Amino acid sequence: MKPAPFAYQAARSVDEAVALLDEHGSAAKVLAGGQSLMLDLHYRRTRPALLVDVNGVEELVGHGVDDGHLVLGALVRHADLERPVVDDPVGALLAHVAPYVAHPPIRARGTFAGSLAWAHPAAEWCAVAVALDAEIGLHGPSGRRVVAAAEWFHGPHRTDRTAQELVTEVRLPLLGAGTGIGFAEHRRTHGSFAFAAAVAAVGVAEGRVAWARIAMANAGPVPVRATTAERALAGQSVASCDGAVSEAGAAAAREADPRPEPHGSVEYRRHVLAVLVRRSLRQALGSAAAQVTRPPAGRG
Amino acid sequence: MEVTLWVNGDRYRVDVEPRDSLADTLRDDLALTGTNLACEHGVCGSCTVLVDGQAVRSCLLLTVQCSGRSIRTVEGLATDGELHPLQAAFAAEHGLQCGFCTPGFLMLFAGALEHDPRLDHDERRLEETLASNLCRCTGYVNIRRAVLRAARELRGEASPGE
Ligand SMILES: Cc1cc2nc3c(=O)[nH]c(=O)nc-3n(C[C@H](O)[C@H](O)[C@H](O)COP(=O)(O)OP(=O)(O)OC[C@H]3O[C@@H](n4cnc5c(N)ncnc54)[C@H](O)[C@@H]3O)c2cc1C
Ligand code: FES
Ligand code: FES
Repeated sequence: MKPAPFAYQAARSVDEAVALLDEHGSAAKVLAGGQSLMLDLHYRRTRPALLVDVNGVEELVGHGVDDGHLVLGALVRHADLERPVVDDPVGALLAHVAPYVAHPPIRARGTFAGSLAWAHPAAEWCAVAVALDAEIGLHGPSGRRVVAAAEWFHGPHRTDRTAQELVTEVRLPLLGAGTGIGFAEHRRTHGSFAFAAAVAAVGVAEGRVAWARIAMANAGPVPVRATTAERALAGQSVASCDGAVSEAGAAAAREADPRPEPHGSVEYRRHVLAVLVRRSLRQALGSAAAQVTRPPAGRG
Repeated sequence: MEVTLWVNGDRYRVDVEPRDSLADTLRDDLALTGTNLACEHGVCGSCTVLVDGQAVRSCLLLTVQCSGRSIRTVEGLATDGELHPLQAAFAAEHGLQCGFCTPGFLMLFAGALEHDPRLDHDERRLEETLASNLCRCTGYVNIRRAVLRAARELRGEASPGE
């Protein structure tokens, strides 16, 4: 099908985009990469009166580091993250996950912020945002506000954003040297949405897990943070935490709220989630260990 | 809305509705029907064209977004009746059967090989680029061979068996 008719405005600045959103409210839709919105227009699941194209808004382009955070402008595309954008494990994590997001031509257009605004339960970036306690920066008619990822997702395709607000940036905390990162996904074909996925970051100090952050994609209506699993790992010795990793996988699967799908019962989905959480944790512990065991310079 | 497009080096002024996709404008207004449309959901890649050198799905891009941009389609690949090395390689390696997906694959790899002329040495990237588009006929093996041949040809290397 072809989209129903709509008007089109290319905004040149954040203020201009917000003014348009303020004027038209829920009749307007922001157009970023268009790699989800255009499908919805074709299906006529959405029939906005106006599209506000933000692709020409310079303020939304690029990334930087500010106050201990990697700041991704709303026009940072998936493809921009395929190589580490910052010399911190968070850059490595994004580069590790990026190839799992769609295909190269989709990644060339789709944006990180658009993925969070779209809030698909299986979206990799949404799980990353929840695992890392990202912050979503918005501009609206009454100014700027910042929402924690934990408060952002209200349900499939529902977020804390009001129709008058524009997502301008996403802030991801830097993880610091010594943090290990991991990501594991199961999908039916290359480029399919995740059947399930798990993202992990593990802070290691003096041979012990100082903290762990784990989140799962397509494990419920919104990304699920596995806090019980995280606690099961904290304080464990890295050298002998096989049992704790196993237990964390099982705990995460219990924390998940998976729905049955034609290709997977709830039971099977929980099983897969447990396996993926374990894999992502093993990767994370391995990458943390690789940093720690690097021989320190100048010691004999 | 009046939009100026540069397609294969030619300038066009078209009057489009905001909802018209670049694919529809190419096919219906400019009669450049080499760009095929199938799913219109970004899944199949048969509509792939280059916009400012980047392979994108033209079904997911609005024509009004392409004002002033440089667009390349399969019609622009051959020069003076001479096939582009990718086209010649697809023919030589039997990289097509029904041919419906072919314009999309050609533009996908035209973009990818301009971006990285040594794509054939990056196994992961080659695989995921191949997996970007759907072909229901060939089984991909011959498409892959064609891309490897074209990459060598574009670098001026001889192909084995030639
Ligand atoms: C074939 C295919 C495969 C895909 N596979 C995957 C996959 O494996 N994993 C995955 O996560 N995604 C996948 N996607 C979706 C893709 O990642 C999209 O790019 C992403 O979901 C949306 O980003 P976008 O920039 O394209 O947003 P758009 O499509 O432009 O917008 C999506 C929604 O978010 C809103 N929005 C966007 N940006 C803003 C903003 N700055 N402020 C306020 N609202 C905003 C829009 O109004 C719209 O409602 C796939 C898409 C396709 C076509
Ligand atoms: S028609 Fe555009 S991707 Fe299928
Ligand atoms: S040759 Fe028929 S779909 Fe590819």
